[in-house]
Amino acid sequence: MTYHRPIRPAIRNVSRRAFLAGVSAGSFVLSVGLPALAQEKKYAGAGMPNGLREDVKLFVAIAEDGTVTVVCHRSEMGQGVRTSLPMVVADELDADWARVKVAQAPGDEARYGNQDTDGSRSMRHHFMTFRRMGATARAMLIQAAATSWGVPAGEVEAVNHELVHQASSRRIGYGAIAKAAAALSVPASVKLKEPAQFRYIGKEGLPSIDGMDITTGRAGFGIDTRLDGMVYAVIARPPVYGGKVKSFDAAEAMKVKGVLKIVSIDSTPPPSEFGPLGGIAVVASNTWAAIKGREALKITWDDGPNGAYSSDSYKAAMEASVRKPGKVVRNQGDVDAAMAGAARRIEAEYFVPHLAQAPMEPPAAIVRAGDNDCEAWACTQAPQATKTRLAKFLGVPLEKVTVHVTMLGGGFGRKSKPDFIVEAGLLSKAMNGAPVKVTWTREDDLQNGYLHTVSMERLEAGLDASGKLVAWRHRSAFPSIASIFASNMKLPAAFELGMGLVNLPFDIPNIRAETPEAEAHTRIGWFRSVANIQHAFAIQSFVTEIAQALGKDPKDYLLKLIGPARKINPASIGDAWNHGEDPALYPIDTGRLRGVIEAVAKGANWGRTLPKGRGLGIAAHYSFVSYIAVVADVEADDKGTIRIPRIDIAIDCGPQINPERIRAQMEGGVIMGVSNAMLSEITFKDGRVVQSNFDGFEVARMDSAPREVHVHLVPATDYTMPLGGVGEPGVPPVGPALANAIAAATGKRIRQLPMRRQLAG
Amino acid sequence: MAFTIKLNGQDRSVDVEGDMPLLWVLRDVLGMTGTKYGCGAALCGACTVHIDGVAVRSCQTPVSDAEGRAVTTIEGLSRDGTHPVQVAWRELNVAQCGYCQVGQIMSAAALLADNPKPSDDDIDAAMSGNICRCGTYPRIRAAIHRVAAGGRR
Ligand code: FES
Ligand code: FES
Repeated sequence: MTYHRPIRPAIRNVSRRAFLAGVSAGSFVLSVGLPALAQEKKYAGAGMPNGLREDVKLFVAIAEDGTVTVVCHRSEMGQGVRTSLPMVVADELDADWARVKVAQAPGDEARYGNQDTDGSRSMRHHFMTFRRMGATARAMLIQAAATSWGVPAGEVEAVNHELVHQASSRRIGYGAIAKAAAALSVPASVKLKEPAQFRYIGKEGLPSIDGMDITTGRAGFGIDTRLDGMVYAVIARPPVYGGKVKSFDAAEAMKVKGVLKIVSIDSTPPPSEFGPLGGIAVVASNTWAAIKGREALKITWDDGPNGAYSSDSYKAAMEASVRKPGKVVRNQGDVDAAMAGAARRIEAEYFVPHLAQAPMEPPAAIVRAGDNDCEAWACTQAPQATKTRLAKFLGVPLEKVTVHVTMLGGGFGRKSKPDFIVEAGLLSKAMNGAPVKVTWTREDDLQNGYLHTVSMERLEAGLDASGKLVAWRHRSAFPSIASIFASNMKLPAAFELGMGLVNLPFDIPNIRAETPEAEAHTRIGWFRSVANIQHAFAIQSFVTEIAQALGKDPKDYLLKLIGPARKINPASIGDAWNHGEDPALYPIDTGRLRGVIEAVAKGANWGRTLPKGRGLGIAAHYSFVSYIAVVADVEADDKGTIRIPRIDIAIDCGPQINPERIRAQMEGGVIMGVSNAMLSEITFKDGRVVQSNFDGFEVARMDSAPREVHVHLVPATDYTMPLGGVGEPGVPPVGPALANAIAAATGKRIRQLPMRRQLAG
Repeated sequence: MAFTIKLNGQDRSVDVEGDMPLLWVLRDVLGMTGTKYGCGAALCGACTVHIDGVAVRSCQTPVSDAEGRAVTTIEGLSRDGTHPVQVAWRELNVAQCGYCQVGQIMSAAALLADNPKPSDDDIDAAMSGNICRCGTYPRIRAAIHRVAAGGRR
């Protein structure tokens, strides 16, 4: 039996059917070259590498049978983008959802514009372009029908996949008029629907476009791709970052039945960026033989300078460094003077360990490397980086590299780094062009990943005689993601500072943020919500700690610190990055932050009397230009075992395109937040990761997840408001809300994650 | 060595090493990629299949143990995705990335076959071996309750 399924549905098929063959078969292709908005400094989608494309020719096709195909150029990793983008087009196009299909774009930013699926940006950057493309297609269909009937276009309506002329009771399907529409010139401007006319946008109840494939096992993930003649590889990589092979003996490995070849891969020295870690690869006729072959390898490693990395001593060093001044990254008022004059000072230190993204589908890729070209099938969040790195490492021209984007079995930032795809490319070359599938085992994923950083945060508050908070100092020490790109990067990058450290929207007269140096000894990478994790954990735990010290209600106290509703220019408080968004469109709106706190408090019935051993905790955090607040409800039994009966989360992300998926992202964000707060940690000893699988690296399961998650969507005033992010911002406030709830339930304040460690015994 | 398993109602023979886990036989040898790899160590449930009606982790089941037995994978749970668990899963849009969901569905189907009206604690006990890193647990729970209540309400 052969089962040959590269990615489905591939954009090339769409091209053949609807674009090329389509000319004669009557398919409809629209092209609108709407001029880009004139902007001085480029923000949002236009500010991303390779910018934003708005071209119906590329993104929308209508076939003769009426099938509407919308190209999705963002990677699907559970956020629902393959449903949400087509929804937007379908709505403006008045298409019947049952006749809308999605086609996944290959990696090609010259054609599609930026494709990096990260930063909670997909809907935020593409809602308006996809709306306009849908509306343009509708306008052209209407014009074509009007012309063929000899009636004014104003009398023709688009109604659920048909053009209708009421007065003469004529109607024609989209497919039948598509060819005529394609022959028309493209309107210079199009009228968008009024939001009251939306039938999909902002509505609940549309089934996910991939639901049937997923529930029947037919969805094609990166690890599922199969090609004729394909061979399978696993790789023994240096256990220490920067290490390499000193010597190896493959004699026993070659004896394993099914092992075909042993290939040595050069290690990329730090900073290794997206380069392969190197090591010894075992290529075999199936994954199991490759795994067994790898077990039989005898390798001596040269560990290099990171061989001394140990989490215990590193933590002690970070503790020492946050007790000394660091680089000042925000300075408002005079913190030193205010602290010196304070009647009372409160201080606390918070620790968040390394975390692994651990997507359920580990990194896996298939590459076929030809003499002067290469073709990859991969679960990548970064198709263009995949293309450029394959070109670089394989020495083939960029235009000869094809990257097919499969479904991603989770990403969470891990799959923004294409090192695993480069490995498959190098191995295919070593196998004379046979397609090679590289599978990372779970052990590889946890031990050779790009981890969330490790951080120590020190917070100090100075209160005057009346109890008013007059001085706030925050020192944040953590190795930066920048360390994978350049050597000697010991300070956070601007984007990491703008993740909750400098852009603290509190109404306090004297605020200072400092960053002591921290050196990286492993690969640091993006992890869903990134540096917001440690900043929100520290700040939002500290707020409740101060409230408790003053005998105040934590929710009221949080609102008091945020102060009155106002719009803050992020640049004015030291955040020049602002998630890449225009500060005029995206100020920090403390009114909206207050709004989610009120919404979650109401939803969770904050302030209700609770039985002994039960506690509520609250936290709020602004990130990815969205506002989130969380209330956690925890229960401690006599033995101190913690259960989480319920978590409430409120989000204000501006206009909600696909509310059902926003709910899902909030539910998922809460549960990932629970994993981070309660269970997960990656630690090092002798430069090596201690944990190797889901027994050591624990994540939330059905019995450790909250029994109930209640999502409260704060409605936008209207659709002219700019959109906020959804994929990531749910995570950061969960940890502090849980720590605050546990403190309320047990009296025990936990400042070090994961909390299970402090709860035991 | 040759092994014969009754796979989704059909006898299938494979010539592999007896210690090869059923997971890799399915995925690499037979090309049935619905069953997923997640940990290879019986810790995540992504590879769950039914053997003689019981949910097992195929990554820890040597093919020799499956010899002559009835193996059901997602490809054989229903012909067309209409098993009540699959239907409920779609109705509640349970999946996010979807990668773990085959294993979740196989575990839930086995649970419900065994216990048509599971309590929340029963669900915890039966489903905690299946990790969902996307965090779909609340919807999985709701979907199982929906099937138990006879489907769509
Ligand atoms: S792959 Fe079998 S339990 Fe994880
Ligand atoms: S849906 Fe992504 S791991 Fe479960």
